[in-house]
Amino acid sequence: MNIDRGMLRRVAHLARLEVKESEEEALIASLTEVLTWMEQLDEIDTSDVEPLTHMGEAVDALREDVVRETITHEQALANAPQHDENYFRVPKVME
Amino acid sequence: MKFYRSFADVEADLRAGAVTCRQLVDHYLHRIQTHTHLNAFVAVYADEAQTRAAEIDQKIALGTAGRLAGMVLGIKDLLCYAGHGVQGGSRILDGFTSQITATAVQRLLDEDAILIGRQNCDEFGMGSSNENSAFGPVRNAADPTRVPGGSSGGSAVAVQADLCFASIGTDTGGSVRQPAAFCGVVGMKPTYGRVSRWGLLAYASSFDTIGPITHSVADAASLLEIMAGADDWDATASARPVPAYSQQLTLDRPLKIGYLREALEGPGVDAAIQQRLGETIDLLRKDGYVVEAVDLSLTRHALPTYYILTTAEVSSNLSRYDGVRYGYRSPAATDLESLYKKSRVEGFGAEAQRRILLGTFVLSASYYDAYYTKAQKVRRLVREETERVLQMYDVLLCPTTPTTAFRLGEKTTDPMQMFLADVFTVQANVTGLPAISIPAGTDESGLPIGLQVLGRAFQEQELFAFSQYLHLKLTT
Repeated sequence: MNIDRGMLRRVAHLARLEVKESEEEALIASLTEVLTWMEQLDEIDTSDVEPLTHMGEAVDALREDVVRETITHEQALANAPQHDENYFRVPKVME
Repeated sequence: MKFYRSFADVEADLRAGAVTCRQLVDHYLHRIQTHTHLNAFVAVYADEAQTRAAEIDQKIALGTAGRLAGMVLGIKDLLCYAGHGVQGGSRILDGFTSQITATAVQRLLDEDAILIGRQNCDEFGMGSSNENSAFGPVRNAADPTRVPGGSSGGSAVAVQADLCFASIGTDTGGSVRQPAAFCGVVGMKPTYGRVSRWGLLAYASSFDTIGPITHSVADAASLLEIMAGADDWDATASARPVPAYSQQLTLDRPLKIGYLREALEGPGVDAAIQQRLGETIDLLRKDGYVVEAVDLSLTRHALPTYYILTTAEVSSNLSRYDGVRYGYRSPAATDLESLYKKSRVEGFGAEAQRRILLGTFVLSASYYDAYYTKAQKVRRLVREETERVLQMYDVLLCPTTPTTAFRLGEKTTDPMQMFLADVFTVQANVTGLPAISIPAGTDESGLPIGLQVLGRAFQEQELFAFSQYLHLKLTT
């Protein structure tokens, strides 16, 4: 898999990251190398194999739906970089 | 103060009045202070540990103490402890205070363990050398120019250097066993789901496990038996009853052992490690064990499978760190999108960002099937093949790592070389099976060698009993 600049920028945006222009080339090389290495899985025939999606053995563990408090409103806000009495604060989204 | 390597010795001395919990804590605090160059701890709870030690000394006098009274523990900086900081070795959680205590940690506290501090690690568990930490690298006490392994590097070094009695680490691809091998201590990864992940900062949720780092197999068994078991807060934690591992450390039948042929004969493994594996096989045969070579055709593919799936999971798990609700927020943000991006770029280290990008790529609509689904299919094949072999053999033996501890900076510029440090450990995480690393002497430079034993799902009991026997055999 060959990553190009446009692809890197799209993926970075999806991941909400930014790549400095000066670092793009090295990162493209490194991602291309790893993805190419990952492609060795293509050697394995998996045409009749179901993907393994859950590692646990439990299926549908059910319990009563009970209301309980995990953390308080104040606690929920306590670690926020910026908040007021009730809400997290972020830069204005709409003018 | 003597260097305690067995909790039975600590308990005997506590009973005899030869030592107190307070003295033990003071000893470890002093050791931590005189070994700051190792960079093993990112926070030390000195006053609290001293106060708690005095309380537990009282309990011992009254006969009301729990099973871990006198055990001084450190926890990896990925495990939550209410009222205390936790940041997964990352700048993105600067200043974050836990509001919950991890279930595993709470169960240890309930048995009167003393927590002395939290330990340095690779960012969110991503690394094999403990060089990817916002707190700087950890150094191996056997040779401070070398890495301790990762990602639970600080936790392994703390036990190695007698900075605490035992540590609790986490293992997603070898993060307990690989540093344990590099540092000459015991590291145990339980079956996936054996220990609740509640309160563990997520790296790759279908791989993450919590495990003990100790000097002895018996103490690893005690710690696991206390941490393991069902938990209302983690639906993936198994409801199977937890056997009293520490009470059943004698094998009740002769085991049949398979060893990885490629690890003994193939390229890419240090000669000293292959020699040690060969000697161990001879020792076992002399003791009457059946030991046979095993070929796992998919071993080579376990590593790329691991990296596709874990980068996918980490890109998803780390999306929660956005500078809004907790942790670091960039002062350079001008609007909401730049708040997300700048906070994440300034908050995450280079390796974390690289893996997030890889994971986002393999999960992107056009490539999802070719990478992510493909890896999930191969994961099933790897598990089936390993389980087939484990129907013929009770346990599998191989080195924990292909080399002994490498030098700081030696592999940081070549991620592919760094990945290979995990070649023998990822199998247990891809399959969910339990595995343990046992110290097995040193190479010609005096660097520790570790041997790994892999067992059947939820058969930790047998794994511990065999490892206990093997450990004694290798150290006497």
